[in-house]
Amino acid sequence: MIQIPCPYCGLRNANEFASTGEVKPRPDVATATPAVWRAYLYDHRNPEGLVTEGWYHRAGCRKFLVVERHTQTNEIRSARPAGVAS
Amino acid sequence: MRPVARRATPTSGRLGPRPGEVIDRARPLRFTFDGRPYLAYEGDTIVSALLAAGESVFSRSFKYHRPRGVLSATFFDPNCTVQVGEEPNVRGAHRRVRNGDVVSAQNVWPSLRYDVKAANQAVGRFLSAGFYYKTFIKPEPLWPAYQQVLKRFAAGGVVGADDPHGYYDHRYAHVDVVVAGGGPAGIAAALGAAEAGAAVLLVEEEPHLGGHLRYGGPEALRLLGELRQELADAKGIEVLTDSVATGRYDGNWIAVHQRSVPGATERLVKVRAGALVVAAGLIERPYVFAGNDLPGVMLSTAAARLVNLYAVRPGTRAVVLSANAEGDAVAALLAAAGVEVAATLDARRAETVVAARGHGHLSSVETSQGRVVEADLLVTATGWTAPTSLLNMAGVRPTYDEAAARFVVGAEPSPGVFATGGLVGDASPEGLVAHGRAVGARAAAAAGCGKGAVLPELSPGPHPALFRSTTHGFVDYSEDVSSKDVFQAAAEGYDSPELAKRYTTATMGPSQGKLELVNFLGVLAEATGRSIGELGTTTWRPPYAPVSLGALAGRPHEPVRYSPIQPYHEAMGAKPLVAAQWIRPDHYGDPDAEVRRVREAVGLIDVTPLGKLLLVGKDTPALLNQLYVNKWSALRVGAVRYGVMCAEDGVVFDDGVCGRLGEDRYLMSTTSSGAGAVWEWVERWLQTAGRHLDVYVTPLTTAYASINVAGPASRTLLSRLVEGVDLAPEAFPYMAVREGSVAGVERCVLWRIGFTGELSYELHVPAGYGLFVWESLLDAGSDLGVGPFGIEAQRIMRLEKGHLIVGQDTDGLTQALGAGLDWLVKLDKADFVGKPELVWQANREDYDRLVALVPTDERTVPPEASQLLGIDGDIVGRITSSRHSPTLRHPICLARLAHHLATPGTVVRIHLPDGRDVPARVAETLAAYDSEGVKLRA
Ligand SMILES: [Zn+2]
Repeated sequence: MIQIPCPYCGLRNANEFASTGEVKPRPDVATATPAVWRAYLYDHRNPEGLVTEGWYHRAGCRKFLVVERHTQTNEIRSARPAGVAS
Repeated sequence: MRPVARRATPTSGRLGPRPGEVIDRARPLRFTFDGRPYLAYEGDTIVSALLAAGESVFSRSFKYHRPRGVLSATFFDPNCTVQVGEEPNVRGAHRRVRNGDVVSAQNVWPSLRYDVKAANQAVGRFLSAGFYYKTFIKPEPLWPAYQQVLKRFAAGGVVGADDPHGYYDHRYAHVDVVVAGGGPAGIAAALGAAEAGAAVLLVEEEPHLGGHLRYGGPEALRLLGELRQELADAKGIEVLTDSVATGRYDGNWIAVHQRSVPGATERLVKVRAGALVVAAGLIERPYVFAGNDLPGVMLSTAAARLVNLYAVRPGTRAVVLSANAEGDAVAALLAAAGVEVAATLDARRAETVVAARGHGHLSSVETSQGRVVEADLLVTATGWTAPTSLLNMAGVRPTYDEAAARFVVGAEPSPGVFATGGLVGDASPEGLVAHGRAVGARAAAAAGCGKGAVLPELSPGPHPALFRSTTHGFVDYSEDVSSKDVFQAAAEGYDSPELAKRYTTATMGPSQGKLELVNFLGVLAEATGRSIGELGTTTWRPPYAPVSLGALAGRPHEPVRYSPIQPYHEAMGAKPLVAAQWIRPDHYGDPDAEVRRVREAVGLIDVTPLGKLLLVGKDTPALLNQLYVNKWSALRVGAVRYGVMCAEDGVVFDDGVCGRLGEDRYLMSTTSSGAGAVWEWVERWLQTAGRHLDVYVTPLTTAYASINVAGPASRTLLSRLVEGVDLAPEAFPYMAVREGSVAGVERCVLWRIGFTGELSYELHVPAGYGLFVWESLLDAGSDLGVGPFGIEAQRIMRLEKGHLIVGQDTDGLTQALGAGLDWLVKLDKADFVGKPELVWQANREDYDRLVALVPTDERTVPPEASQLLGIDGDIVGRITSSRHSPTLRHPICLARLAHHLATPGTVVRIHLPDGRDVPARVAETLAAYDSEGVKLRA
């Protein structure tokens, strides 16, 4: 099981967290076309490489985090609170 | 097929004391096997005790039901799986006999000795490669019959429905180094790591440490004695025996299955380690030839184990086929133990076995020199398999070494992952110890302890590549796959290991390829004219060894939640309803009577599980505007509003009410099942897009006990207990919230809302006073006819009122307008979660509508999930909720229905599970009871 370095709790097992998926900007609701909006909802890049994804420390500090993870090696480059610039 | 006769002269028996024996002759035990009594000594395995008593057949093979005896005398012996009492699939060559054990053979019918299914041997051609695919395909109507036949024939023990659940435990361990394998290299690795200051967990599959030293000669036993002494003196090493590291996952997260634990049946240890050392040793490989599965044919390590560990003579007259020094040593060992070694075949000089013959037991061996040697024991030593599973799970790809005729790995194949011992190379026991010690020190250094050590050279020695003789025999004993099947699979085009494996099922049985894989690859290589290196191998996946479901499950840790009013519900004999984590009263005996009480007088329902969130901060309306589909900016202090939340796809996610308690204080309620998810949803917005909002969230779900007081007499009842709140209808109207005291309990929240459709008040009372307030209400209202009502009565009444339940009357595709919420959704808001989807939904017609349906046959309540049929018999919807209404005295339903039929008055057909279709009419309004809402507002 991978471990996620929570900025508040330290290195913790991933099963304490819930994945909220790849971090993507929310399209502007006033101008988004169905194609743009549904790509936001349903299309995931899932690259072989680094992804920026959300993890919620459900069984810990209950903070939403933004984590950079390599999908092949599971190496974690960074983990910071959501909404805070990197 | 002749039945296997009980042998007049046993071929096996007990020897005199051996220096390394693990049996305690002073402690005899009794057990039974297939109803017959047997003696064992403490330390005997089931199989060693039975062999000592002259038995040689322990199972019947999977497909052909051939008699099978001991092969490897280890946990992975494919032929020694038995049932012990209530426990199926016990590895008889591993499990120690306990006094009074009731052991029986599996996969035999009617008995081990007279097995009618052995007739399968005569129809072998129907069971050859791919037989699952070829035989059981057509005709389709016979599939259920095939299933019955296969179940009857498949191997496996019996689990009784009433068997007691053992005490299974879980443990978490945090160590620097895990060493998997307690042979000489593994023990040395543990010592090397501990010397560097590491905390070490040493895991050994057998009940004793030592690996092959245990059944080696005097020199091996001397070295083992020294290692054990060193281990006893070392600090920081925990040893788990009869335990196996079954899986290695990311970050050296390692599962260890402890099979014998004091005070528990089994234990699963979840270990987080800084470094992993795999010292799994080598598994001896069987040899493929005709008759290689006859009882009496066994591996050289099996013979050595039986003689040296259990003092069991495995036969009286032996043929030994040897390709290595270990095999030569076993020939000498047998001779010294009084077994007549009739012939020794040296595989290094191309001498080999052509066939083993016998009925039910080996009686003669045909050699490549054309001799036929009478023998009851044939021992083979033709090579080794490297059980690299844990390394493969770490992403390591072992390479096939042609000269050594086995897969090998380096000592440091991956960061934090190490290997030592036979997986890496061949050496004297002292050489293995030196390597192990250095690897242990290096693993400790990788985990942050010490400075490591210089690694001595260790590489595999040459070994002849021996897989198959000139005849065909079994490649996979557990699955009854012969080399002929592998050739056939290759001829039919299944010529890669992954394809041929699935087609033949070779390596897919209980031993998962530990004995069979390399032979399978060797035979496939032969059949396809390629080398093993070219073929590649199949994937090793967890678990390395079978893990019981009990060990995975552990102790039951399901949390259960009760409301503080539970003592009352229990005293009243309420029927419990499991609602996620909550146990709630479904009803108190008669739900219809409970409905009548609420409709005519007053009732109380415990709604404590409703989610409750306190929101404080000046930006709370902005948050509510974002999360709910309706508008919140104009909510006055003291007012309550109904709200629905959608996800970004417009699908209804939760509903509830939210009341403004003070200038910057709001209390939000959620559905009971959505309490946790809504809290997370609110937090998610506040921590991401809504970081700038001044809102603080406090979950109060269990801080309050919640009681809904419903019925025309509810105001009268509350007027007797409430202080500080004017209950007059104009002062406290429908959809208002007040704070006050109830029965002297201060700081209660009262909101006037009505899920049941009656005049009603929802009280949120500090949880510690919940039971007190509940009982006070019952006492104060006895003259009004007050009583409790449960979930069932509430469900009936909300259905009469046409109130939807999210998740019951909506599903994972129901967007808000398809849930009858058009009146609520405010598309003129600049933004809210899911808005774009609802804008687009509003611009089309084609979505299903939520409607109330009234079946014209008043006696039939169509079950929930019944399909609705259109004119042509096409499916046009389904019933989402249905009950008999005690108030209206006819069935009432909510349904999801295609838009073109959703007009009031339209008649559709409800297709009942019994095959009948009954007509039903779409009602004018969702509410069948008080559709004007007069009672709510009374
Ligand atoms: Zn945390």
